[in-house]
Amino acid sequence: MLPAPTTKVKGVSVDVPSFSRINRDEPTLVVDHLSVRYGDLVAVDAVSFSAHAGQVTAVLGPNGAGKTSTIEVCEGLRRASSGHVRVLGLDPTKDHRALANEMGVMLQEGGIYPSARPIDVVRQYCGLYGSGKTQFADPQELIDLVGLTERQKTSWRRLSGGEKQRLSLALALASQPRIIFLDEPTSGVDVNGRSTIRDIIRRLADQGVTVILATHELDEAEKICDRVVIFDKGKVLVEGTLDDVRKARRTVRLRTVRPLILDDMPDNLAGWLVEDAPCDYSIEDAPQGLIAALAVWLSERGIDVVELRTGMASLEDVFKKLTGGES
Amino acid sequence: MKVSSSPFRAQLRAELQILARNGEQLLLTLIIPVMLLVFFGTTDVLPTGFDDHMDFLTPGIIALAIMSSSMVSLGIATGFERSYKVLKRLGVTPLGRPRWLAAKIVTVLLMQIVQLVILIPVALLLDWNSGKAQWLLAIGAVATGSIAFAGLGLFIAGRLRAEVNLAAQNGLYLLLLLLGGMVVPFDKLPAPVAAVAKCLPSGALADVLRDALVGQAERPGTSWIVLGIWAVITPLLAASTFRWE
Repeated sequence: MLPAPTTKVKGVSVDVPSFSRINRDEPTLVVDHLSVRYGDLVAVDAVSFSAHAGQVTAVLGPNGAGKTSTIEVCEGLRRASSGHVRVLGLDPTKDHRALANEMGVMLQEGGIYPSARPIDVVRQYCGLYGSGKTQFADPQELIDLVGLTERQKTSWRRLSGGEKQRLSLALALASQPRIIFLDEPTSGVDVNGRSTIRDIIRRLADQGVTVILATHELDEAEKICDRVVIFDKGKVLVEGTLDDVRKARRTVRLRTVRPLILDDMPDNLAGWLVEDAPCDYSIEDAPQGLIAALAVWLSERGIDVVELRTGMASLEDVFKKLTGGES
Repeated sequence: MKVSSSPFRAQLRAELQILARNGEQLLLTLIIPVMLLVFFGTTDVLPTGFDDHMDFLTPGIIALAIMSSSMVSLGIATGFERSYKVLKRLGVTPLGRPRWLAAKIVTVLLMQIVQLVILIPVALLLDWNSGKAQWLLAIGAVATGSIAFAGLGLFIAGRLRAEVNLAAQNGLYLLLLLLGGMVVPFDKLPAPVAAVAKCLPSGALADVLRDALVGQAERPGTSWIVLGIWAVITPLLAASTFRWE
């Protein structure tokens, strides 16, 4: 796992987990019609999705969309009201101890005593995962990996927001996980720190780890995720590979030298064009032939086009379209 | 770098490191009891009613120290661990609640050994005569009192917000210090207050310790029963009401 385990115990020959043996077609996380209720409030409403080894799956959604409740059920911190969840083939509640040995968790915030020093906490967590293992994560390697070498003896309360996040990531790696849940890992982290965290996440996925990334930061998610699950109001609105989700929302950008009078347009064009600003228009999910018809119509009226650009929507475009704009 | 292969040892080591880094905990559990023992031991201002005021004071201060480590120190630390989501974070590791609790208990026991190793020699230096002490009975009293106070501390810590818990634990510490029969004798308190104080774990622990250490308890049988009841009820109450987040 990341970093490669180095410690041998009592000279026992070690069984290094080989991720090349992992079946990447079989989902390692299966959420099947999961519901979570708090009294009368339905926080998660019969959601289903899956995630695979070697991929980063981004779980996106506005506040209160049901992301955290869903992930906490997967982590075994919360019970499902109905439905089923299997993580690495295990039930997160009934098989919690076994799953905890294979799982890394990064909380959005906190989780560490303020007077504790990074090196001590990482050593503690490496020890917590030590039972029955012939190899441990090396605390010093983890500290070095997340770039806290110079700050390893500084109490947690004196670390910056980004340093706290990186320490939290190091704790999530202490289990040498096969699946890792990261909640807002780049929140409050500076540009260099973000790059470090992105590299670590990508390397984890490349090593065969299943990475579940819950975040509000859509541009960060777009840079590293392979699959996307978008939540809103307790439901999954869309699930798929990043490209599939973006392709499903093809956009056209049109800029003209003078404003268009949309009322003059034929019905087959007018309904698709959205005026974002004067002389600046967009078309979402354009059907085949629409762009050609639009070009002919503009040409017939002698309206010069400054820019006509087609392409996949950004993740942010897709997200805003699906959730009504709140991220 | 050396890493413990036992989750329990890893957690115990972390608990001890946190304890050592919290100066206010050491103040509460070690410095205040030693200062009270030295002050009242050298001034003889307490109306103890005992021939040798150290016979009254030594068991009372030991009871106070046990209360501070078992209830206040444990309760405050646990309350903040809930607030800082330390318990939530540990909940997704293979540690498990039994080993977490075991690490807490061992930490408290180790702290109490340190307390006794310091307080008893200080008392002896202040001319306390330990000749009548029944040490096994005293250890039994300390163990029972620890269970009762730990249950009370965890009950409070498991229900209240961290800041409210901090105030409640410290307030209760002061209240029991003054009215709990540890430093001020029951017969010097107003009768209604004394009647309530005799039913508190602090008064009961001080009384059974006076029975064990100097053979001068006011009502040892009743105090053992009172302390035993507290030692059964408070852990059950804590276990049934504790909120991990």
